[in-house]
Amino acid sequence: MKFSEQWLREWVNPALNTQELMDQITMAGLEVDGFEPVAGQFSGVVVGEVISVEPHPDADKLRVCQVSNGQDTVQVVCGAPNVRDGLKVPFAVVGAVLPGDFRIKKAKLRGQPSEGMLCAESELGLSDNHDGLMELPADAPTGQDLADYLKLNDVTIDVDLTPNRADCLSIKGIAREVGVLNSMVVEEPEIEPVGAVHSEVPDIAVKAPAGCPRYLGRVLRNVNLQAESPLWMQEKLRRSGIRSIDAAVDVTNYVMLELGQPMHAFDRDEIKGGIVVRMAEQGEKLVLLDGQEVDLTTGTLIIADHEKPVAIAGVMGGEHSGVSTKTRDLVLESAYFDPITLAGKARHYGLHTDASHRFERGVDYQLARDAMERCTALLMDIVGGEPGEIVEVSSDEHLPEDRTIDLREQRVADVLGLAIDRTTVEEILTRLGLHIDKLLKDGWCVHVPTFRPDISIEEDLIEEIGRIYGYNNLPVTEPVGSLGLRPEEEAVRPVSAIQNYFVACGYQEAVTYSFVDPKVQQLVDPEREGIELANPISSDLSVMRTSLWSGLLKTVAHNQNRQQPRIRLFETGLRFVKDGDAIDQQPMLAGVVVGSQLPENWVNGRRAADFFDVKGELESLFGLLGIEIQFLASQHPALHPGQTAELMRDGEHVGWVGTLHPQVQKNLELNGTILMFELSLNSIVSGYVPNFKEISKFPEVRRDLAIIIGSDVAFADVERVARKHAGERLTALRAFDVYEGESLGEGNRSLALSLFWQHPDRTLNEEEVHSLFNGVIDALKEELGATLRS
Amino acid sequence: MENLEQLVQDGLAAVESADSLQALDQIRVEYLGKKGVITQQAKTLGKLSAEERPAAGQKINEAKGQVEQAINARRSDLERAAIEQKLASESIDVTLPGRGQDLGGLHPVTRTLQRIEQFFSRAGYTVEQGPEIEDDYHNFEALNIPGHHPARAMHDTFYFNPGTLLRTHTSPVQIRTMEAGKPPFRMICPGRVYRCDSDMTHTPMFHQVEGLLVEKDVSFADLKSTVEEFLRVFFERDLEVRFRPSYFPFTEPSAEVDIEWGREADGSIKWLEVMGCGMVHPKVFEHCGIDAEEYRGFAFGLGVERLAMLRYGVNDLRMFFENDLRFLRQFR
Repeated sequence: MKFSEQWLREWVNPALNTQELMDQITMAGLEVDGFEPVAGQFSGVVVGEVISVEPHPDADKLRVCQVSNGQDTVQVVCGAPNVRDGLKVPFAVVGAVLPGDFRIKKAKLRGQPSEGMLCAESELGLSDNHDGLMELPADAPTGQDLADYLKLNDVTIDVDLTPNRADCLSIKGIAREVGVLNSMVVEEPEIEPVGAVHSEVPDIAVKAPAGCPRYLGRVLRNVNLQAESPLWMQEKLRRSGIRSIDAAVDVTNYVMLELGQPMHAFDRDEIKGGIVVRMAEQGEKLVLLDGQEVDLTTGTLIIADHEKPVAIAGVMGGEHSGVSTKTRDLVLESAYFDPITLAGKARHYGLHTDASHRFERGVDYQLARDAMERCTALLMDIVGGEPGEIVEVSSDEHLPEDRTIDLREQRVADVLGLAIDRTTVEEILTRLGLHIDKLLKDGWCVHVPTFRPDISIEEDLIEEIGRIYGYNNLPVTEPVGSLGLRPEEEAVRPVSAIQNYFVACGYQEAVTYSFVDPKVQQLVDPEREGIELANPISSDLSVMRTSLWSGLLKTVAHNQNRQQPRIRLFETGLRFVKDGDAIDQQPMLAGVVVGSQLPENWVNGRRAADFFDVKGELESLFGLLGIEIQFLASQHPALHPGQTAELMRDGEHVGWVGTLHPQVQKNLELNGTILMFELSLNSIVSGYVPNFKEISKFPEVRRDLAIIIGSDVAFADVERVARKHAGERLTALRAFDVYEGESLGEGNRSLALSLFWQHPDRTLNEEEVHSLFNGVIDALKEELGATLRS
Repeated sequence: MENLEQLVQDGLAAVESADSLQALDQIRVEYLGKKGVITQQAKTLGKLSAEERPAAGQKINEAKGQVEQAINARRSDLERAAIEQKLASESIDVTLPGRGQDLGGLHPVTRTLQRIEQFFSRAGYTVEQGPEIEDDYHNFEALNIPGHHPARAMHDTFYFNPGTLLRTHTSPVQIRTMEAGKPPFRMICPGRVYRCDSDMTHTPMFHQVEGLLVEKDVSFADLKSTVEEFLRVFFERDLEVRFRPSYFPFTEPSAEVDIEWGREADGSIKWLEVMGCGMVHPKVFEHCGIDAEEYRGFAFGLGVERLAMLRYGVNDLRMFFENDLRFLRQFR
């Protein structure tokens, strides 16, 4: 809501400067977004009077004018098309300084002397209008300083109102607030009923009373719409952000700004038969005032005549029934439309108008008649005309209910944390226009005025009291409460422990968007369908991620394009997968690694990170979390078929680790060998609580063996077979050498293992170790075709 | 026996000139070993009378002692020199960089979230999580934002279908927590939120922390202290905080919170909006089955990126989601 400070001060004029006034209303909850002087900075501009106009002897488009500055008459050369004898205009005399530090000097234009300049609005920073000279009223006193004449010492204040404060969408509403804040009486213009001078009344039928509980119409005959609205009105509108159109539109806008009631004027001759307020029917169309044709939908409340729609109720009128300079008779509309019926309707048609903004938030349902009288009187002052009676169609059952609210003194103290004395409470409520119907034993019965649809419960009243009393005058106390200890599972590690682990491993955490490019997702997770947004911000952010890899690989590309060869990233966050009709939103942990495993320096080589680097880091993580994870050779469409492991915990899938498939890598235009992992966080955060076991006092026995075995036999199988035959006293099994070479023959490799045994209660004897060791060797030979390496 | 004197002198000279531990050992054998020249002198004792023998024996022992002492002293010197030589050969350039992994870093949003979670955890708040794909009920209806409410227009919601959307704030987690438990509550819900808006100062995804405290006796004054303390702890400064009346459908009374952020040219405080807060609206309690006559609550919400930008001086919101390593590495 934009408004002129001067206009507000006509209603209520506290002893505050502009800044103080803006601070005050901001702190009352009407946040001032900004302010702007209503004109540019200029000096030396007076009301000038054009005495005579002659053609320029040497230029077709220029005229040579004699202009009075109130004392002397001087010659000014002017190119504006609307310059004419007797016109009053802003006259920048020699020595004047216009906005932009433009100095007016004596000049010659095509040989003709010119002493000063006649100004358009844009040249004075009043508006963008540079169509011609600004025309001042005929009674403007020639020679008066223009800034004084137009009272340009004014600012436009822009208040960013919260949607509950519909009551402040008018000068009247803001003045009421300022009055309360300064304990001042607000001066309102007197509104008198205008007597009818003829008997013509509009025929009004309200067929949708729920959407339109109140509709007032009046005929104003024989108006002269050639007449322009007065400068003071144009200026108030301009300073409140509304452009002057014609007298009829200006007056309805003026009443809306002044009182808060949006109004509309129809050309009576274009209303066929009468006015019908109804819901639109399928297939109806309407050309709006802005020229666009809309297909009306059935949920839309419209104003129609007996033939066709003429307006979208509370949003915008139709072009056809609108007023023009030729209009002779008007039908004026002042109505109360139901906010819920109008909610979202303007937006549905791609519109947002001053009227729809107000009606959606709630206009005072008792305001329509006052507004109609005010509008009629203002119009008659400008365009003349003969008013008829007001016709009012109201449906009491659909009008908002008259509300009273019980307010308890104790509740005020409990919620605000301060007992405010009764007199102060009563004074605040009364000044806000709330009426105390009766005093109750423990508080008040408060009647809510019709202009405050936002107040409906006790808390709303408490907020009003707190707001006017001043939030910053309320005390500051520490909350007191029950502070019992909460259970916390020791076996469950916080995600922050995992994040900190990866940071220690040299990973940088990334936070990428949850919606990704479907083309990238198709490459990294082709088997799952992402959930599409109905209204994405762009096509490359249009589908919810099914894997954190999409975002991380895009981040790799971003950084590789910025000369970052070594990238180690991890991310935690939800991924979104369709699960029948439901959506599985699972927290994941994912990472990507590319470039050298260690930062390159004098001793760390440039060895690129490989599968076993990342696997080792994950194994340490699992150690930290106290969980056991199996790595199974497997296949994933985005990963290298020979370098992919599926991670399992107790037979349940936990995630993947592997090398990005070279084809996918090429499609994504990425460089280097890219290692990736992704795990379900919920599957790994829960480990175990340590449980002490007695430390054996007896020696540990180690035996090493080296076998030659087929390269296609996984170490995991070797380990499984060895453990199965090594007996329950085996404490560890390690691979300490893996070798492939020609000497072993094609398709073979050599594996060197060490096995450790220990008994808790005694020393193991040579024979039993020997027997277990041989049992392992025999089993490896028999079950896996291994041979002992000599 | 004059010979003994000479042997000692020779021995001492030899020890003096020994330049290695091996040479020294050889000298020891040569003079003091079983067949050493001084040891051999004992054989001459047999030729002496019983009266002369003790004195002669003592002389021989003295001679042995003299040489042995010299050998020990020389050995210490040689050993010390050897260690020094070894140390000298082992010295390294300790200013060269160490071997091993570089340190990574947390994203500034996570770093900020972890600080916020820590402050509130210490004050007894739990940290709650909720879904990011939400239903209309939890994101709007239950928070007293019905379908026709003008506040919906301010939310720029991403939809999947009319009833399913990306949460526009973390407030639905309040609802889910209250639905699932019984008061009192002290909780914060940090997380990602989404608005269909993207320009210089908006990203379609950002992070919020929402806090909720529900007790039998809690007031706006308690809310003020919680918010003020939090902001002072977060910025580690005793900054001015002011509460400005505002409007959120799910709180009543509602306030926006401004902090002191520099001074205007005229010396007045420059205020910067950082948070929203208020007392839980009775309708919200009603939706969660909590008796608003028995319990009251306050709630507050803040934008994590905004606080991170102020705290670390970041001047472009969009950098948080570009994940440029040159940006991220500044938050190690």
